[in-house]
Amino acid sequence: MEIFDLTAHELSDLLKKREITDIEITSAVLKRIQQIDGDVRAYVTITEENALNDARNVHERRNKGDALPPLAGIPMALKDNFCTKGVRTTCSSRMLEDFIPPYSATVVDKLLENSAVLLGKLNMDEFAMGSSTESSYFFPTHNPWDLDRVPGGSSGGSAAAVAAGEAIFALGSDTGGSIRQPAAFCGIVGMKPTYGLVSRNGVVAFASSMDQVGPLTKDVRDCALVLNAIAGHDPLDSTSVKRNVPDYTSFLTGEIKGKRIGVVREMLDDGLDPRVAEVFKNAVNKLEELGAVVDECSLPIAAAKSVPVYHIIAPAEASSNLARFDGVRYGFRAVPEKGKKYSLEEMYMKTRGEGFGPEVKRRIMMGTYVLSSGCYEKYYLKAAKVRTLIKKDFEQAFERFDVLITPTTPDLPFLMGEKVNPLDGYNSDKYTVPVNLAGLPAISIPCGFVEGLPVGMQIIAPAFREDSLFQVAYAFEQNTPYHKERPPIKRRASEEKAKGSDIND
Amino acid sequence: MTKYEAVIGLEVHVELRTKTKAFCPCPNEFGSEPNSNVCPICLAMPGTLPVLNKSLLEYGIKAGLAMNCQIAHYCKFDRKNYFYPDLPKAYQNSQYDFPLCRNGYLDVEVDGYVRRVGINRIHMEEDAGKLLHGEGDADYSLVDLNRGTVPLLEIVTEPDIRTPEEARLFLENLKQILQYLDVSDCKMEEGSLRCDANISLRPAGSNVLNTKVEIKNMNSFKAVQHALESEIARQTKLYESGGKAVQETRAWDEDTGKTSVMRAKETASDYRYFPDPDLVPVVLDDEMINKIREELPELPAARKQRFIEEYSLPPYDAGVLTSSRALADYYEECVKGYHDPKKVSNWVMVELLRLLNTNNVDIKDSKLTPSHLVEMLKMMDEGTISGKIAKTVFEEMFISGKRAAQIVEEKGLLQISDEDQLAAIIDELIAAHPEVVEDYRKGKKKALGFFVGQVMKQTRGKANPQIVNKLLLARL
Repeated sequence: MEIFDLTAHELSDLLKKREITDIEITSAVLKRIQQIDGDVRAYVTITEENALNDARNVHERRNKGDALPPLAGIPMALKDNFCTKGVRTTCSSRMLEDFIPPYSATVVDKLLENSAVLLGKLNMDEFAMGSSTESSYFFPTHNPWDLDRVPGGSSGGSAAAVAAGEAIFALGSDTGGSIRQPAAFCGIVGMKPTYGLVSRNGVVAFASSMDQVGPLTKDVRDCALVLNAIAGHDPLDSTSVKRNVPDYTSFLTGEIKGKRIGVVREMLDDGLDPRVAEVFKNAVNKLEELGAVVDECSLPIAAAKSVPVYHIIAPAEASSNLARFDGVRYGFRAVPEKGKKYSLEEMYMKTRGEGFGPEVKRRIMMGTYVLSSGCYEKYYLKAAKVRTLIKKDFEQAFERFDVLITPTTPDLPFLMGEKVNPLDGYNSDKYTVPVNLAGLPAISIPCGFVEGLPVGMQIIAPAFREDSLFQVAYAFEQNTPYHKERPPIKRRASEEKAKGSDIND
Repeated sequence: MTKYEAVIGLEVHVELRTKTKAFCPCPNEFGSEPNSNVCPICLAMPGTLPVLNKSLLEYGIKAGLAMNCQIAHYCKFDRKNYFYPDLPKAYQNSQYDFPLCRNGYLDVEVDGYVRRVGINRIHMEEDAGKLLHGEGDADYSLVDLNRGTVPLLEIVTEPDIRTPEEARLFLENLKQILQYLDVSDCKMEEGSLRCDANISLRPAGSNVLNTKVEIKNMNSFKAVQHALESEIARQTKLYESGGKAVQETRAWDEDTGKTSVMRAKETASDYRYFPDPDLVPVVLDDEMINKIREELPELPAARKQRFIEEYSLPPYDAGVLTSSRALADYYEECVKGYHDPKKVSNWVMVELLRLLNTNNVDIKDSKLTPSHLVEMLKMMDEGTISGKIAKTVFEEMFISGKRAAQIVEEKGLLQISDEDQLAAIIDELIAAHPEVVEDYRKGKKKALGFFVGQVMKQTRGKANPQIVNKLLLARL
């Protein structure tokens, strides 16, 4: 295996044993980026020089005998909606194309305090709105398992980079599945922690009541290590919860005998790709084999109502959160032709009209509509009430089960440009969205392959029971080979098509 | 105005003088360099989040309790969405359907009666920045965000006010209370207190509620009264000519003394209020509310009553002296050191207030402290200075902050009570003016005054008047 193929904990062990240096690791990953990012296109900004400097610093401290945390010297990258002091933060939008924040997100500071090495900023759907990373203003990111396919989204750059060895781990944000779905599509581990466990301060908001920061990693142990580093109360985020953060690696026992696992019946429905269903079924059998008590469970309201409720609440909050991008203080501002002048209103309209892409504008319009007078009760308020019922659905299920499991997505990674109708994209989040509405923790782990494309399994736990997620995820992972697979970085769909046409000829 | 009765409600915005802003650690200061009290949070930079300043909550509860409100055990912040360059987030954090306080009242003493004005609600919100428009043809405006996210209370009354005078008195009472609580400066000229009024007319004695008109842009309590008077006249004319008021917002123009249409109802904005997901709801328990209740200072009405009873002051004196907490504190500090509360009241009410007003000095900055006054009053009682000299000494203390004794010594203002010295002057005067002596003896008692005046003139006011009188009477 190459250096860039290793996990953070493996590299950390090698560092401790002095079998490798911090500089070697960062150099190897930077080289990997140089070699393949032209194909994958995960990065919006690469901070090569800073990364090498930081790696050198860690190396020197290590040589002096400083006690260093497990993530020290590990090269990582951030979704481009995490503010990074002095490094441009674009949200993959024209609106913030040249925006350089004078502050860092709390989680970024925490990773840097842990001496992790920042490689750069990763592509995403514009302002985290999308499931394919195709709505990025700059360029789409490609799935390393098949470059003709999307990596998922909105944290598609994060997932692709980790899968392709262009970062050892990455942070993403998850509002309706934006960590778990791309993790599933790229064959890696992605976790959305309980709402309130990780600070949102400095993470550009999409839908504040659902946004949550989480790790994208190559395996479950790395996920626990990163969560250890980023979890905890932050006085700068009123919604972050004051409670003690355990050492999440302590739950990696591999033991799940007697764990009560519920398979959500409604999430094995007609919309599920039968090939994904097959892989998922095998995964369920594996869990039973490992001693878990598996039974069917039902989330009637959560399964049926979450997508419409999500697509009212998320755009509503987004329409307000994104109103600050008005061209007055920072970011893009539309400039009139020479000799012409804009009124204030024209400046607003042109700036927002030209600065935002179509998906963002669509959601701002929907959100504005559902909050407007006469619609508020019909849409927003009703959705807020149904959201309470969705939470209750989960509460009831957790009376019988320790965790619930579902396929992370109903389908396999789709071809780029395949989903033109926005509603198709919205449906690809239908197993992940209920979790955000209920504020629960969930993890997606690799659970098999279909024709060389990865499939993810989602595990959902009650609020602040990340321990259960880690127990189940780790046990499954350690008894299956999927997390060890590495992607080929190839254009498979078009090659097969080419092959096909050869035969036809 | 016998045919129609006015129905008036007020909306008052008060800036709170918390140390820091409502949702970030920037200083809450008036008059700093533009954009010097700003940070990424109040500039609404991407990813920043508001965190509630607990003092805002505490100040709001104080105000609510002082206005006899129920304090909500649950309240939350909402977003009021609109675009304007003075509002960086493009929404104002305010409270829509769950305000901090509800159902209170203030009793307002008007000429001869008390008007109880209901308080519908008091809620917390944040202020916007200020726009400075380029002059003349300039094609730019500048934004100063120092005031952005400064905490505000919005106080909404019931439509219980019936006359423009009641409206003004309500505002004066409100200001007094908020100043007593030390939660706001209530300076209308600095914009720390702003007031809009809603007014409709109806036939006297009727219970109908007619279309109301909102009036804005009033820059003083008197302006509120005048604007309402002008609006009553305008609406009266409308109704008398068979017309009707229409729902609209009108702006008061101080110069013309008239209101004019600002915007019609049709163009009213849709603010798309919804609960702010970044600010968690505020849950208050009785323990916290009661703790604040216990810490409330004595309020103006209660203090006035106590002054009447404890110091035997006339209600007028008590009213003036309790009109501000600082003045009342000043007065009570004096009374601690001096036995005659009425005498103190006279000096404070007449002399001190006159000097403070003419010199535009705040009582808190007065160099003439209560101990200055007490020392001077004692010197008068001891006969060291006369009442007339005292006024000179008082002014000098006010200007220089020197002690009375020092001023008297420096300026040689000691009262002359030495009978020999005075007798010598008097004898000289009697000898010089035999005709006045004659007049006096013929019964013209005024002639005595002539001699007193002459003695005062020669002693530059320092002669002890009682002794002068005694000596004169003995000789005449």
